[in-house]
Amino acid sequence: MPQYILNRLGQSAIVLVLVSLIGFIVLNLAPGGPMSQFALNPGMSQAELDRIAEQMGLNRPLMVQYFEWFTRLFIGDWGHSFRDGRPVLSVIAGHLPATLLLMGTATVLSVIVGTWVGVLGAVRRYSVFDTLATVGAMVALSIPTFWFGLVAIFLFSLHLGWLPAGNMYTIGDESLGDYAIHLILPVAVLALVNVAIWSRYMRSATLDVIDQDFVRTARAKGLPYRRVLTHHVIRNALLPMITLAGLQIPTILGGALVTETVFTWPGMGRLFLDSLGYSDYPVIMGILMFSAILVLLGNLLADLLVGVADPRVRLG
Amino acid sequence: MSQRDDSEKGNSLLNLTRRQALAMAIIGAAGVMLPLGRSSQSFAAMKSTASGQVIIGLSQEPTVFNPHMPHIEVDEGIHWNVFDPLFGISPSGEFTPALAVEVPTVANGGISADGLQWKVKLRDDVKWHDGKPFTAEDVKYTLELIVSPNFRSGRRAGHDLVRDITVVSPTEIHWRMEKSYAPYASILSWTFMVPKHVLSAAADVNSAPFNNAPIGTGPFKWANRVAGDHIQLKANPDYYGTAAQIDSVIFKYIPDLTVLYTQFKTGDIDVTAMQGITPDHYEEAKGLADRKVVILPVATVESVALNMDRPQFKDPAVRKALYLAIDKKTIIDELYYGLVLPTETYMPQQSAYYNPDLHKQSFNIDEANKILDEAGWKPGAGGIREKAGVRLSFTNSTTAGNQIREQAQQFMQQTWLAIGVEMKISNLPPAVMWGEYWMQSKFDSVVVGINFLTGADPDTRDYFGSSSISAKGGAGQNTTQYSNAKVDALLAQGASLQDVAQRKAVYVQVQQIIRDELPILPLFQYAYVRGYKSKLKGFAGNINLRIEPWNVNTWSWT
Repeated sequence: MPQYILNRLGQSAIVLVLVSLIGFIVLNLAPGGPMSQFALNPGMSQAELDRIAEQMGLNRPLMVQYFEWFTRLFIGDWGHSFRDGRPVLSVIAGHLPATLLLMGTATVLSVIVGTWVGVLGAVRRYSVFDTLATVGAMVALSIPTFWFGLVAIFLFSLHLGWLPAGNMYTIGDESLGDYAIHLILPVAVLALVNVAIWSRYMRSATLDVIDQDFVRTARAKGLPYRRVLTHHVIRNALLPMITLAGLQIPTILGGALVTETVFTWPGMGRLFLDSLGYSDYPVIMGILMFSAILVLLGNLLADLLVGVADPRVRLG
Repeated sequence: MSQRDDSEKGNSLLNLTRRQALAMAIIGAAGVMLPLGRSSQSFAAMKSTASGQVIIGLSQEPTVFNPHMPHIEVDEGIHWNVFDPLFGISPSGEFTPALAVEVPTVANGGISADGLQWKVKLRDDVKWHDGKPFTAEDVKYTLELIVSPNFRSGRRAGHDLVRDITVVSPTEIHWRMEKSYAPYASILSWTFMVPKHVLSAAADVNSAPFNNAPIGTGPFKWANRVAGDHIQLKANPDYYGTAAQIDSVIFKYIPDLTVLYTQFKTGDIDVTAMQGITPDHYEEAKGLADRKVVILPVATVESVALNMDRPQFKDPAVRKALYLAIDKKTIIDELYYGLVLPTETYMPQQSAYYNPDLHKQSFNIDEANKILDEAGWKPGAGGIREKAGVRLSFTNSTTAGNQIREQAQQFMQQTWLAIGVEMKISNLPPAVMWGEYWMQSKFDSVVVGINFLTGADPDTRDYFGSSSISAKGGAGQNTTQYSNAKVDALLAQGASLQDVAQRKAVYVQVQQIIRDELPILPLFQYAYVRGYKSKLKGFAGNINLRIEPWNVNTWSWT
């Protein structure tokens, strides 16, 4: 096992270096840059723009910039944002809690509800519930989040006035209840799509297990149906879900761009979008590395967990 | 016993025990009660009754808080509240004293008759937000910082002409200008003073903590910032000028314009600042209860900028014909809902230097065709005119994603085809469009909105002077590569004069020449739609500034 982990970590390190190199090159090769936002300032000239670019160190050869940035990563200096000069790690850490709250809540909710809907659909195959759940899942997957979010705001905020029109909290009142109220709409919008996905996976995984011989044996032995379900069927059906959950981790911490924009949620997705718009290279690279690390860690964790949970799987 | 019952029923999942059913009912009821448990008012009403606070919604995030580092328009909203200049500028174009006791002019001896010697007297009752007194040393430090080679300064123009800054006393400062430069007064009116005792103590000014927690002399103190969400300022009780009546100002960042408008409707924000309410929402916004929607003219003029280096645009007849073949009225009325002002010049109509006698364009395809025929441009392949091997075919670019502009482009393409001109649309994302493509004159023609003035000062050498052509090695923003010796001479003269009437005579001529030569085809002068709650008093635009929250200390709730 330790050998396996070490191998995986080694591979991950190589992948990270490659990702950072490709990301850096592509980012800098794309036309335009952080200077364009100042171009139409009154009195701006090419000479001034060049001077500012030089002071920011943007005129040095690409490889020099890359090596300097990369070696600084290891000492915890991920660079400073071009926009407000704060360290990139602070910027990311500042936006992370908002995303964790939103995505975490949505994921937990959608896993619970999705599992329940999926298992039930598999157990009561082709019943009214199952058909409704299938159709509902297809509809939910087809609805664009942007539209759904705006409709939800329109209905619950503008018309009924029950819920706030966005934001994470009311400035001045940051009680638990305040956060909870503001969470309801965005979580509902996000969870809708995720429930659909989870329920489909769960239904299919449960179907794989429910027809197996050992389930029929357990029932024949006289075990109550509920115990058969929870102890035998769901446990086995959840195994592929572990891998899926591991792959979800980068999404949880990466944020949902569209939902965060519609609901004015100050999370990672919006940070990424804003940084791209202003060509804030250090922050973009920081988020890229962060996502890459999460993907690799998430995969490793999922594989390890499956190895622990499923005695049939031998790692390494 | 219960196990056998369950298995007989077959599906035990939905058969809840009484206890479980009761638990779920309670949770369900609590969930429904949560929003109703709040006061009977809707969420819309909750925020607006807080009288000590105003929430300003912006669609871009202010991120640069040191006013001398390179920044964009939206950052100035914060600067104007946290800092003060020596003297400010009112909407009518007059300078108003701020940190200076009186505005230095030739009349009161603050500026010498030749414009070279400046003497500025400062107030003695100003304190920085950390309690230390403001003195002339801070002014000297600020002016020297802006031109310091190690400082990442946003704009040096004008300040690089200042020499021999002398602190005569804590309340008086003198300096000498290298040459008489009339726009410097305008430049000073937006040059904010920064504290010497804070910045000189920093190891590197470019990354000082001050840049994220600024200390100024202004009517509001920096309170806190949640990056990506909002910035809070608190009233400065020791302000020397008009003290703020609202205690807390929140600058809220809402990136999407539809969401900005929605939150304005529900009352989550009190004021819409840039980029405000889009023209298509104006009709609806006008009718909202408890809201006031105003149209504020700004100094930005939208025009089609032509690259004079291109063979197609060298003939003045072509430029005249192109201008005649633009249906400005339809563009303004249909695309911009009549909310912008038609104009014939780059000068804002509210300026004291505006020339109202310029010939008004009228949409006339026949006349345009006649002009081109007489100039010898004959229709060639595909009906496109050509002469001496040059085809009247060129590209037109603007910011991709700006839908109204894209529609205007398509409309112009249509009307220009009627006079035998082929215009190809080639739009680019902002980062590319305003990079080298614009600055180094690599375009054929561009639809662009430019504020040609230096604050309220009519000097436009940056845009029309031949020494300002970057593509030819100059220093400026003359991206149309316009070059006219007479205009150069007039601009130089205008910049050296101090008397308003004399300068007006000069700039009226410049506007006439530009209108005749048409290096830019002026379309309209922008007006922005802004909204605020009816209970808010004091909100007013200022054509000489780039943002609306410039006088928040005069705002109050009734």
